[in-house]
Amino acid sequence: MASEAGALRRFAASPLGWSFLHTPSAMVGALLLALLVLGAAFAPLIAPQNPYDLSQIFIDKAELPPVWLPDGEWPFLLGTDPQGRDILSVILYGSRVSLMIGVASVLLAMLIGVSIGLAAGFLGGVVDNLLMRLADTVLSIPTLLVAILVSAVFRGLLPPGLRDSFAPLILVAAIGLTGWVQYARTVRASTMVERRKEYVLAARIIGVSRGRIMRRHVLPNAMTPVLVAATLNLGLAILSEATLSFLAVGMPVTQPSLGTLIRIGNQYLFSGSWWVVVFPAVQLGLIVLSVNLLGDWLRDALNPKLR
Amino acid sequence: MLVFIVKRVLNAAGVMLAVAALAFATFRFVGDPVEMMLNEQASLSQRQELRERLGLDRSLPAQYAAFVVNAAQGDFGISYRNQQDVFPLIVERFPATFELVIVATVLSLLIGLPLGVYTAIHRRSAFAQLLQWVSVLGVSLPSFAVGILFILVFSVSLGWLPAFGRGQVVQLGWWSTGFLTKSGLTALILPGITLSQCQITLVMRLVRAEMLEVMRTDFVRFARARGLPERAVRFRHALRNCLMPVITVTGLQVGNLIAFALVTETVFQWPGMGLLFVQAVSFVDIPVMAAYLMVVSAVFVAVNMLVDLTYGLVDPRLRQDAVTGGGHGK
Repeated sequence: MASEAGALRRFAASPLGWSFLHTPSAMVGALLLALLVLGAAFAPLIAPQNPYDLSQIFIDKAELPPVWLPDGEWPFLLGTDPQGRDILSVILYGSRVSLMIGVASVLLAMLIGVSIGLAAGFLGGVVDNLLMRLADTVLSIPTLLVAILVSAVFRGLLPPGLRDSFAPLILVAAIGLTGWVQYARTVRASTMVERRKEYVLAARIIGVSRGRIMRRHVLPNAMTPVLVAATLNLGLAILSEATLSFLAVGMPVTQPSLGTLIRIGNQYLFSGSWWVVVFPAVQLGLIVLSVNLLGDWLRDALNPKLR
Repeated sequence: MLVFIVKRVLNAAGVMLAVAALAFATFRFVGDPVEMMLNEQASLSQRQELRERLGLDRSLPAQYAAFVVNAAQGDFGISYRNQQDVFPLIVERFPATFELVIVATVLSLLIGLPLGVYTAIHRRSAFAQLLQWVSVLGVSLPSFAVGILFILVFSVSLGWLPAFGRGQVVQLGWWSTGFLTKSGLTALILPGITLSQCQITLVMRLVRAEMLEVMRTDFVRFARARGLPERAVRFRHALRNCLMPVITVTGLQVGNLIAFALVTETVFQWPGMGLLFVQAVSFVDIPVMAAYLMVVSAVFVAVNMLVDLTYGLVDPRLRQDAVTGGGHGK
């Protein structure tokens, strides 16, 4: 406990911490994100109902409005959907899916991008030329299109029975495979600067292997812009997942992410059950907003040029 | 200069070949095209005949080459779903998407420019701070959710605007336009705003950043020192100098908007290319998917190339860098 308080004090005293405590939007974003992540992480404990457990769902409670409206019923705080599932529970479970896919796809994109960037920047020459041409090509096609295509292709290759269980992996691949270019470019740029410095030369002279120099010496010095980009891209990745799920090439109805929930709710738009679509949309907006507020702050705080 | 143009065009052609490879791979390897096109009762000889007609008995490179040659002539095969030629199907849908993109672009400039100028000039004012917050909101809200909320408010609750379709269109040759009828125009409002949402934020942030940069330069200071009124300094000197990057980005974004329109089109059941593509995806109608990918990428690549070439024409320093593709800063 004491060490945690100490760490907190150290953070508050650091330049980054100072900037954090003097940027209201960053604090709002962090608080909001913490709440949303906790809610998603502890969904099984908090949610009034397990939406995957059919025995807890009652069809006679279908399409109830939120509790503050005349026909609302406790404990269905935000109402229920046409299958009788509690909206709040579905949202909490759905945020889990959305957040996990978002984080996983950013990690995949980072892994690919950082490896490619390091290789291109450090090895130079033909390798660099080839890899960067590849990056240019990826950038020349709208990412959303490629993501949809990758997702559709993987789904087409799998037998229908397996599609649903592999949906999260397919999404991570589709979003990760289209989002690595930015990391590759930043890492390549910093690697090209770093590799000429004395410490790299020194490491080389004492016989450290190339791979180790790249990973243990150059990489740590190239990571700051990568982390900023990763934070900003997390919001984008969550949006991409939601978009793919909304277009029915993402998460299946049996395992809905927020995007899937919005797609389902969209079908009841004209029946007057607005809560089925509005609450998942608001939750999605809040998650992305909080991530973006944090990301914007991090970018400004770590980029001395903008100060 | 000639070398620069040739290099840039070759580069674009290379990208298109890569896109074609992607489209070809999807066509060839996701499911068996022969099985998809014939029904179950087709005899073995019918299958064999179709296989030969499609050229599937040839080697892969030869098939790819044939695919590229056909695609370049606008022949993308036959839709699995409704047995029509794919290319006319897409061409027919193009005007709907294009008009939507035009409306979104115009809206983003009409709204984004003044807001960007305002936030740059009155940096510290409460309204400018508020706008900065709202702009984060603008990039955070998913456009399909915003579209749905618009439908909920303006169509379902208030009943002011149509929720789907293009309204009445007028046929001008092969081009169908919604600009000439009242129902066509009202149908454009909600999808137009929805599609322009991200773009507005982008333009606003860009104008703000550029204005702040230009306002610090010497020639603006000199204009002030000459005693020019503040209005003239801001609009005749500062704003004019940020228009170039704004126009470039707006131009580059046209390709992106065409691709992104597919989401808006799905929400509003807008009969454009994007909706065609989304429907093709759900029916695994690969020729349509491949053709859409090729057409949109072609527009995208062509726009990028034109912008690069214009820049090369205006600014000789860029002729080196743009092609070696380094992307080393600005």
